[in-house]
Amino acid sequence: MMRAEAGDLQHSIAPDMRDTDLAPEVLDRQLERVWGTPATLWGILATVDHKRIGRRYVATAFIFLAMGGVLALLMRLQLAGPERRLIGPDRYNQIFTMHGANMMFLFAVPVMEAIAVYLVPLMVGTRNIAFPRLNAFSYWIYLAGGVLLWVAFALDMGPDIGWFAYVPLSGPQYGSGKRADIWAQMITFTEIAALAVAVELVVTVLKQRAPGMSLDRVPLFVWAMLVTSFCVIMAMPAIMVASTSLILDRLVGTHFYNPAEGGDVLLWQHLFWFFGHPEVYIIFLPAVGMISGILPTFARRPIFGYLPLVLALIATGILAFGLWVHHMFATGLPRLGESFFTASSMAIAIPNGVQIFCWLATLALGRPVLAAPLLFVLAFFFTFIIGGLSGVMVASVPLDTQVHDTYFVVAHFHYVLIGGAVFPLMGAIYYWFPKLTGRMMSERVGRVVCGLVFVGFNLTFFPMHILGLQGMPRRIYTYQPDMPWGGLNLFVSLSSCLLAAGFLIFFIDIMRCMRWGLPAGDNPWNAATLEWATTSPPRSYNFARIPVVSSANPLWDEPELLVSSGLRVERRELVISTVAAAVPEARDASPANSIWPFFAAIATTGMLISSIFTPWAVVWGSLPVMVTLIGWFWPKSTPEDQA
Amino acid sequence: MTSILQKPRMAFDLSELPLHGKRSASLTWWGTLGFMLIEGSGFALVLAVYLYLASIATEWPLGAPPPDLLPGTIVTAVLLLSLIPNMLVSRWARQEDLRKVRIGMIVMALLGIAPLVPRAFEFSALNVLWDSNAYGSITWTLLGLHTTHLITDLIDTLVLSALMFTRHGRNPRRFGDVQDNAMYWNFVVLTWLPIYASLYGIPRL
Amino acid sequence: MRALATSLALLCAGCTGSQTVLAPMGPQAAQLNWLLWSFILICGIIWLLVMFVLVLALRYAAVPSQRGERRAAVIVGVSVAASALVIIVLTVMSYAATRGLSVAADDPLVIRLRGYQWWWEVTYTDRRPDRMLVTANEIHVPVGHPINIELSAADVIHSFWVPNLVGKQDLIPGRRNDLTFTASRPGVYRGQCAEFCGLQHAHMALLVIAEEPAAFEAWRDAQLQVARPPETIEQEAGRTFFVSQPCAACHTVRGTNAAGTLGPDLTHVASRRTIAAGLLETTRGSLAAWIADPQTIKPGNNMPMVTMTPEQLRAVSAWLVDLQ
Ligand code: HEA
Ligand code: HEA
Ligand code: HEC
Ligand code: CUA
Ligand SMILES: [Cu+2]
Repeated sequence: MMRAEAGDLQHSIAPDMRDTDLAPEVLDRQLERVWGTPATLWGILATVDHKRIGRRYVATAFIFLAMGGVLALLMRLQLAGPERRLIGPDRYNQIFTMHGANMMFLFAVPVMEAIAVYLVPLMVGTRNIAFPRLNAFSYWIYLAGGVLLWVAFALDMGPDIGWFAYVPLSGPQYGSGKRADIWAQMITFTEIAALAVAVELVVTVLKQRAPGMSLDRVPLFVWAMLVTSFCVIMAMPAIMVASTSLILDRLVGTHFYNPAEGGDVLLWQHLFWFFGHPEVYIIFLPAVGMISGILPTFARRPIFGYLPLVLALIATGILAFGLWVHHMFATGLPRLGESFFTASSMAIAIPNGVQIFCWLATLALGRPVLAAPLLFVLAFFFTFIIGGLSGVMVASVPLDTQVHDTYFVVAHFHYVLIGGAVFPLMGAIYYWFPKLTGRMMSERVGRVVCGLVFVGFNLTFFPMHILGLQGMPRRIYTYQPDMPWGGLNLFVSLSSCLLAAGFLIFFIDIMRCMRWGLPAGDNPWNAATLEWATTSPPRSYNFARIPVVSSANPLWDEPELLVSSGLRVERRELVISTVAAAVPEARDASPANSIWPFFAAIATTGMLISSIFTPWAVVWGSLPVMVTLIGWFWPKSTPEDQA
Repeated sequence: MTSILQKPRMAFDLSELPLHGKRSASLTWWGTLGFMLIEGSGFALVLAVYLYLASIATEWPLGAPPPDLLPGTIVTAVLLLSLIPNMLVSRWARQEDLRKVRIGMIVMALLGIAPLVPRAFEFSALNVLWDSNAYGSITWTLLGLHTTHLITDLIDTLVLSALMFTRHGRNPRRFGDVQDNAMYWNFVVLTWLPIYASLYGIPRL
Repeated sequence: MRALATSLALLCAGCTGSQTVLAPMGPQAAQLNWLLWSFILICGIIWLLVMFVLVLALRYAAVPSQRGERRAAVIVGVSVAASALVIIVLTVMSYAATRGLSVAADDPLVIRLRGYQWWWEVTYTDRRPDRMLVTANEIHVPVGHPINIELSAADVIHSFWVPNLVGKQDLIPGRRNDLTFTASRPGVYRGQCAEFCGLQHAHMALLVIAEEPAAFEAWRDAQLQVARPPETIEQEAGRTFFVSQPCAACHTVRGTNAAGTLGPDLTHVASRRTIAAGLLETTRGSLAAWIADPQTIKPGNNMPMVTMTPEQLRAVSAWLVDLQ
């Protein structure tokens, strides 16, 4: 169908037609024909438009947030009083594992990448993400992984081993049934998806920046995503190795984790946390990028300390790989060696401090407007710093022996995950919603949501610090009445309803404003970065003419944005520029819509799921995958294939 | 300050730029690099697991004689030899010499199949099974992982060779693909060297 | 701050077998408590400072100026330097505490603790093999004497944690860990498995009972005895039933030919305060309830329901509750 359309074009449009002298309306129409996605089922399945895929990704991730949140409420219902019989141990173990795995692998990481898939190409001034078909594939694989996990849970086959699935509990001997395999294979799905997006983002940022956007003019959110993507590339292989070897132990009888045959139980923990610690910064760094994107707009001045902020991002990304042992302080590794990891864990407070101080300076030197996005940033300051400081506490080896695996740690990580990542994310939604949908969200409702979530959050999670110090371990489905935890737990459970109400209103408001919000215009906040230089929502081709950048805040510093010309309009063409200075070096084609990534995802899904049951699935399952990949990459006689 | 659509000021003429970037100006080159980084991290980690298991074991290899050298050494020799035609193909592709590239691709396809033969014997030369103990598990995994890379690159080479004989062959993009494929083969060969050294060297220390 | 600490501690002092970090009952826990409150204090001050600056930053109406920028740069620089300093202090404090906790005690009492899904096996070692002693779910220790616990696991990872006495340490299959602590005051301190270990991780508690050395020795001598012979006909029937049924395949009762090792040693089961790893107080009723239907009381645990008549149940529980 797309082919037919391309064929039509060749009749009406001369080959090698340039945009240089086209009138704006003609140019728009022509670009829309080349870049657009037909409004058909085929169009939906075959589109490679980063905005459509990004929106899908975001929406799916938010659905997983709501589902994971409902699980959290179930846990809180069960824990509201001692020895409640509402949920038995088997279900409870599935529920907290699902909650953790769902929130980390299906919500937090994907949602950040999703927003980047949407925003990064706009922010760097290009027309599509690099490897757009891989991008489409990534989404389908992610969706399949999420569906696999939840369907298993619905069938009472949900993993029940905790989100980090320690062996031997998850191993062949104690993890009976297919539950642990489901967990391991869900990991494979989400990691493939995340790795694909990471490569796309790295290449987009390094090679597709608008002319003139040298590295010191790159928006901080883009920097954050670049560092995050490198963290993904370096960290995710560890979990792939871990989950694959676990599956091998379970399926074909290898002995990686069997101490009786020379394997080792702690090997799993090293591999998992070598990934798992960077994972939390993979969630957190995009969030700080969002803050650096939101703050200047509402402080009405450029960010203070651009260079230190970039360096802090990079330092955090590097340090993140030197801390993993701080999750293993109770395993009896040599104590004094562990102290090294105390030092490195605490050292990461310095780049974090640099960021906090630069943001405070931005606020102090600016004239802040307390609009909803900024309110969420303020909520971030309040809560994240508590979480960061409790992180510094648990980084101390001796102190951690008291609070490890208690509700104190549960409090720590919800403070950093929700305070540090979800609050900025919600601020980002309020901030970029107009760009995503063309409509504003309600400022009034935004204040209510922010207030409810902020108060509800702190009332829910602050008491958990005390519970932990009072000796309450995590991952217990109930506790005995003679433990003094009942009162606080009831309080926590009640407060979580407040928190959930906040989220509920947030979701409702999103849906309401998608249809009935006030039209936004191109740049409603008067912001400085390139995504605001095009329509809201942007057309399929993002920019009719690729902007030329000569400052870090182009829309503030340049009275009118300069643009470039000379691109072809009868094929998908974008500008390739040099890594450091962003000097254009080629006009390359961007792949057109294709159904093959969807088929490839189906084939891959079939192979991965069958391989839970027999190792031979890897052999015969890879044949259809191969066929779809050949279909995907085989050149078609389209203008995009010319060079 | 709102939209640039209304009154564009052209500042930059892109019309003279090439239609397709080569090497570091091409996205696929960077993408290949990205995936090499991912897989390189994977190889490094599996090697680290090998060293970790060896370091905690009381004896190494565990309950097996060291692997026999012959098949693995043949594989290594073939792989190293294959680097020469590989570089040549890459050069011919850069010169866009279709005839030579076609020949080179066939040679490379054969050289992709060649190491698989001794590789098949290499598994039994390990003298241990994957389910005997942790030593067997990690050696089979290392070898298996590398073999997977050999096979995927072989398939890539085969498909690309077929393509070069179609009308799509004479196209700077295809020549770029050939170069990227050659780069990836270098990667597959180079990652083998530390694996070879560990698999066969460490048990003999 | 001290006052807050003590009042929080008092909050818990009343509860049976207290299990809290905030009421240290030994030198190790006391040191950790001190470290905890120092960290809370320092971190609290940092948080207040940042919040204070945030409020200032929001209220301060800036006039853009070169001087303002420069001043901000200086303030940021100083703050970063100060943070680095604080971090060095915290690291050194933490390191010092680690050193303090890892000094080896001389002549400690060595106790082996082995974790099972979902109970604890406790072995008292002694130079004389006939004074070796196996019990379960309850550790008696003499006050003031350093204790060295050797930790191992039979199946999956567990974690030994008695917060009033010392920080936690994992029990890991294929590895052995050590932990040293001293109880400085007599009392009953509850501990709970702190590493997720499957279905009944929530009900894997144990008690540490610290008593004066004389009382401890008396306890130990009593535990070394074989099981008390039955006194009544009912108890006699209970024992006969027990040793002829699957029970004996899993449990040891010294003095009978029951020598199973899959479940807790029951030689002196009634001398222990709780059964099923802290779940029930030891009474005849609770023993009977447990034996009648362990799977309802502790779903998923590794003791199956053994079918028996009400008389047999009464007999077994009569015998067991007498095993002081
Ligand atoms: C977004 C996610 C996120 C973030 C950002 C962090 C940030 C940090 N985390 Fe956290 N962490 C998690 C998510 C996160 N963590 C999760 C999910 C777990 C649990 C996993 C599980 O077990 O399920 C965990 C667990 C965890 C542990 C293991 C605890 C245990 O299991 O016993 C430790 C131990 O060191 C730790 C430390 C830290 C530290 C030192 C930071 C630092 O980066 C914090 C730095 C920030 C600040 C310090 C505040 C700002 C700085 C200043 C205002 C400057 C001045 C400050 C000083 C001078 C101190 N974290
Ligand atoms: C980003 C990650 C993230 C987020 C957002 C949350 C959110 C919440 N989490 Fe949790 N949590 C984790 C990550 C996260 N969590 C992880 C990693 C673990 C460890 C798991 C493990 O041990 O393996 C954990 C564990 C964990 C525990 C410990 C369980 C245990 O150890 O036994 C608890 C207990 O209270 C808890 C509670 C909550 C609550 C109340 C929320 C609340 O914020 C939830 C708020 C509610 C909602 C978001 C739902 C609101 C929406 C609706 C009501 C709308 C429904 C309608 C529609 C479908 C349209 N979480
Ligand atoms: C298959 C093994 C098995 C059999 C058979 C078995 N038990 Fe048990 N028993 C266990 C295990 C395991 C536990 C520990 C359960 C826990 O706390 O999780 C236990 C615990 C107990 C306890 C509590 C001990 C304590 O200190 O906590 C008693 C009493 C007991 N069993 C009595 C019996 C009697 C009486 C029978 C026979 C009618 C019996 N058991 C049969 C395995 C078994
Ligand atoms: Cu044993 Cu948890
Ligand atoms: Cu960490």
